[in-house]
Amino acid sequence: MNALYARRRRRNGIMMTMSLAATLFGLGWLVLILGVLLWQGFSGLSLAVFTEMTPPPGADGGLLNPIVGSLILTVLAVLIGTPIGMLAGTYMAEYGRHSRLSSVVRFINDILLSAPSIVVGIFIYEVMVFPMGHFSGLAGAVALAVIVIPVVVRTTEDMLMLVPNQLREAASALGLPRAVVISKVCYRAAKAGMITGVLLAIARISGETAPLLFTALNNQFWALDGKAPVSSFFESLNAPMASLPVVIFQFALSPYKDWQKLAWTGALIITFTVLALSIAARALSASRKPS
Amino acid sequence: MQPVRRQSVVDVALQGGAIETGAAMTRARALGRLRLGDAIFHSLTRIAAISVLLILGGVIVSLVSGSIPALRAFGLDFLFTERWNPVTEKFGALAPIYGTLVTSFIAMLIAVPVGLLISVFLTELCPKWLRRPIGIAIELLAGIPSIIYGIWGLFVFAPFLQETLQPFLITVFGNIPILDDVFAGPPYGIGMLTAGLILAIMVLPFVTSISRDVFDAVPPVLKEAAYGLGCTTWEVVRYVVLPYTRVGVIGGVMLGLGRALGETMAVTFVIGNAHKVSASLLAPGTTISATIANEFTEAVGDLYTSSLIALGLILFVITFIVLAAARYMLLRIERRIG
Repeated sequence: MNALYARRRRRNGIMMTMSLAATLFGLGWLVLILGVLLWQGFSGLSLAVFTEMTPPPGADGGLLNPIVGSLILTVLAVLIGTPIGMLAGTYMAEYGRHSRLSSVVRFINDILLSAPSIVVGIFIYEVMVFPMGHFSGLAGAVALAVIVIPVVVRTTEDMLMLVPNQLREAASALGLPRAVVISKVCYRAAKAGMITGVLLAIARISGETAPLLFTALNNQFWALDGKAPVSSFFESLNAPMASLPVVIFQFALSPYKDWQKLAWTGALIITFTVLALSIAARALSASRKPS
Repeated sequence: MQPVRRQSVVDVALQGGAIETGAAMTRARALGRLRLGDAIFHSLTRIAAISVLLILGGVIVSLVSGSIPALRAFGLDFLFTERWNPVTEKFGALAPIYGTLVTSFIAMLIAVPVGLLISVFLTELCPKWLRRPIGIAIELLAGIPSIIYGIWGLFVFAPFLQETLQPFLITVFGNIPILDDVFAGPPYGIGMLTAGLILAIMVLPFVTSISRDVFDAVPPVLKEAAYGLGCTTWEVVRYVVLPYTRVGVIGGVMLGLGRALGETMAVTFVIGNAHKVSASLLAPGTTISATIANEFTEAVGDLYTSSLIALGLILFVITFIVLAAARYMLLRIERRIG
C-alpha cells in the first residue's frame, strides 16, 4: 500500500516538474529571441535608419522607404478592411444572430482567420497583379486587407455579443430603429473591444511578408516627388512599393554584411511595434472587462 | 433580440401618424426616413457578411483556375513525382508536400506535449497572480512576426544546431539501423529538422492558449470530487481534465497544425530549398509555402507559374480540411460547456 502511494507521489512529482520545465522552456524562447533581436538590432539603430533610403550593397543608408511603405500599406489595408469587417460582424451579432447565413459566415471567417497568408498573396496576384500587368502597392494593401477582415469580423461580433440585451431593448422601446440602436448604443458599449480588434489586426499585418512578396513586391525608391505630393502619391500606389518585412527578407538573405545589419534593425523595429500593439490591445480589453 | 417588436413599434407610430395634420405628416416622413436608413444599414451589413464568403470563394476560384494548366499537363502524377525542373518545365509536387508534412509533424511532436504541460502548469500549479503574466508572455510568442523567427533561425538557431544538436544526433544514431538514415549526413544547420523545431516554437502558443482555455472550462466540481478521492494533481489531470477536454484539445492541436502547414517565411529561411525527398531530417528540403515564396516572382512561363499555384491549391485544401475539422471540434466542446 505504501509502495503504491510512494509511486503515485513520485509520478506526480515528475509530471509537475516537467510541466514547470515546459513553461520555462516556452518562456526561454521568448527571452532568447527578444534578447538576440535587441543585441543584434540595437547597435544598428540610429537616426539614419529613419531618414535615409535603403542603400545599394556596401553603402550607408536607412530604412526610410520601407518604413513609409509599410505605414501606407497598413493604413490602406485598415481603411479597406475595417469597415467591411465591422459591418459583417454587425450583421452576425445584430441583424442575423440566429440566421443560417451568420453561422456559415462565422465558420468561413474562422477558416480565413488561420488560412495560410501566402495563399492570399496568390489570390490577389491572380485578381489584381496579373490583370493590371504589374506589381503595385495597392495590390499589397488589398492583400493585407483580406487578412484584416476576418480579425475585425471576429472581434466585432464577439464584442457586440457581450453588449447586454437590456440596452437594446431599452433603446428599441424608445422607438428607435435598429440602425440607430446599433450605431448609438451597441457600438458605443462595445467601442473598446472593437478598437482592440483593429489593433490586433494591425499587429497581425505589420509583420506579414508572404502576401506582399508577389503583390507589392519591393522598390528601392519611391515615386513621391516634392512638387506634386498628392498626384505622385497615387502614382506610387500604382507602382511596386517597399515594405519592412519584404526588405528584411531580401536583406537578410543577401550576402552583404551591412544589408544583414539593416535587416536586424528592421526586425527589431517591427517586433517591438507588434509587441507594443498587442500589449496595448490587451490593456484596452482588460480595462473594459465586464464585471 | 426582438426585431419583431421593434418593427411593430415603428408600425404603430406610422399608423398613428396617418392622421392628416401637418405635424403628423412630418412625423411620418421622419419615421419613413429612419426606416429607410435602417433598411440601408441592414443590407450594407448583409452585403459585408456575404463578402466574407465571396473572399473565400474568390480564393478557391483563383487557385483552381490558376492551377488548371499544370494539372492538365501533369494530371495526378503532379502529386507523386519528385522532379522539379524549371528548365525542361517538368514539375511534381512530391518534395514540397513531403517537406510540409514532415516539418509540421516534427513541430506537433514537440509543441503538443510541451503546450499541454504548460497549460497544466498554468491551470493547476501556478500561483494565481503569476497566471496572467505567464499566459501573456507565452501568447506574445504568437505575436512575433514569422519573418523574425526566420531571420533568428537563419543567423542564430541554425548555426547553433549545426555545432551542437546535429553532430550529436549523427554520432548517437550513426550505428543504429533505420535511425542512421533518419539522422544521416553532414550537419548543414539548415534543413527539415531546423524548420520543424522553429515551427514547434511558433505553434506552441496556439496549442497552449487553447488547451489552457478548455482546461479552465472543466467544472471545478469534477476536479474537487477527484481530489476528494485522494487523487494526485497529475491523476486529476490525466483521468479527469484530459478526458473531459479531449475534443477541445484535439481542436486546438489541429488549429496549431493548420498554422504549421501554412507557415511560410520562417520556414523559407531555414529549410534549404532543395526539391528532394530525403530520408534524413538533417538534409535540406522544401515545403509548399517556401517553394511558392521563393520561386513565384521569378517563375517564367505559364506552366511554371501554374505549377506553383497548383502547389498553393494543394496547401489550401490540406489546411482547409485541418482547420474545418479543428473548428468543428472546438464548436462541439463549446456547445457542451455552454
